[in-house]
Amino acid sequence: MSIELRGIRKAFGPRVILEDVTLTVEEGETLAVIGYSGVGKSVLLKSIVRLLEPDAGTVLVDGQDVGLLPREQLLELRRRIGYVFQFAALFDSLSVFDNVALGLRRQGSMNEAAIATRVGESLRLVELEGFEERFPGQISGGQRKRVGLARAIATRPRYLLYDEPTTGLDPVTTAVIDRLILKLARELGVTSLVVTHDMKSAYRIATRIAMLDQGRIRFVGTPAEIQQSADPVVRGFIEGRPELAQEVA
Amino acid sequence: MQRTWTAPFAWVGRSAVETAAAFGRFGVFGARAGRAVADVATWGRMLVVQMARLGVASLPIALFIAAFTGIVLSLQASYTFTGTVPEYFVGTLVGKTVILELGPVLTGLALAGRVGANIAAELGTMRVTEQIDALETLGYDPVSYLVIPRVVAGVLMFPVVVACADAVGVAAGWVTALNLLDMSTPEFVRGLRLFFLPFDVQYSLVKAASFGFAVTAVGTHFGFHTAGGAEAVGRSTTQAVVVSSMLILVLDAFWAVALL
Repeated sequence: MSIELRGIRKAFGPRVILEDVTLTVEEGETLAVIGYSGVGKSVLLKSIVRLLEPDAGTVLVDGQDVGLLPREQLLELRRRIGYVFQFAALFDSLSVFDNVALGLRRQGSMNEAAIATRVGESLRLVELEGFEERFPGQISGGQRKRVGLARAIATRPRYLLYDEPTTGLDPVTTAVIDRLILKLARELGVTSLVVTHDMKSAYRIATRIAMLDQGRIRFVGTPAEIQQSADPVVRGFIEGRPELAQEVA
Repeated sequence: MQRTWTAPFAWVGRSAVETAAAFGRFGVFGARAGRAVADVATWGRMLVVQMARLGVASLPIALFIAAFTGIVLSLQASYTFTGTVPEYFVGTLVGKTVILELGPVLTGLALAGRVGANIAAELGTMRVTEQIDALETLGYDPVSYLVIPRVVAGVLMFPVVVACADAVGVAAGWVTALNLLDMSTPEFVRGLRLFFLPFDVQYSLVKAASFGFAVTAVGTHFGFHTAGGAEAVGRSTTQAVVVSSMLILVLDAFWAVALL
């Protein structure tokens, strides 16, 4: 059981974002994808759940070719994947409870009492008990991200995709979110793919780190391996020294 | 030099391609919406809320417009008829004009601004803040969840709003005739009933339903396909109001040709 990306290419008009991306997320691991802003990390993530359709290449989830799935099967597959959006993407008109319950109601397999129990459990996991009746406009940015996380895990997915989960947060809230990612991986046993450009975060949460650069995967390895990489582009990024990358260019 | 004289042709070509692409997008959107209609379990739950938001909440502005339309029609009819046509024809003109034309069209145009802009801005904001993507990842078809309940609510509620507007418009004309034109109620009612046909009401409601469809379909289309940020939301909202207002006038002419 894994997510496999094979030869993914995606362009917007004349601008090629992903050239040839091949990457596998193994079962149970937390893989962080790092790279400069605008390099296509979010595009990669959206391609996995077919929010964007790659121009070429194959995405396999649990061996199923996502690009070939009919709409109903695609919706069913998406229910196995939790997606945490960069800015949470909560529904303003719904309370925190209803936001978290939305995916469960869609599944249709639980009654309202069971849904309330699951929503409570999910909010407890992200340390937001008692926030059920509030609305997204009444909570902070960090809390919104945690509600987004609770919504993503409410259906107990096999996979969790995180799009910049700590962007725009203060260091303490960033550490809280990182701790939650680790906790969810440990307690729920989910396989996670985290897109980030925060190296501290990546070192804390990832079992492996992949660097995306100029439309291709430039490096894949453990946090220890990436810190010893001799590649100047990789070193330039992880050490925050653009002059190293410029020497190569 | 060469670029100067080819530029207008290039602009015409580009515009033609963009227009064809826009029709294509709307066609694809319509086909997707057609499939989503079958997902009653999703859109059925949202329908009552949308009927209240699109219909009930629109009543004040629709009735306000209808009331002043009725007053002005009554006064203008009297001014036009004085000395030439019997006064009770004021009732005829108010009734026919409000029910056949001004009730549905002015209400439709007002709701194109209120409802169409609201839908386009709401869905556009949901698009740029990834809320529509979030719906997809939760296993929902966003067309079933967001588009169909709004369009169905528009088709069902515009006739209700227009029926109320017709009634208030005629009533305002009657009150004006009584108080400002020295007409009696029997005189006004005589004129009102003179050429009245039940078909007039059906015609008014059919037009209203088609306007409801046009306003909500155009609003959801532009909102749903918003790409970019706040500026794009503003652009979608403007486009929705302009296109749905134009469609209302086109549909108004179409129904006149087809049914009268």
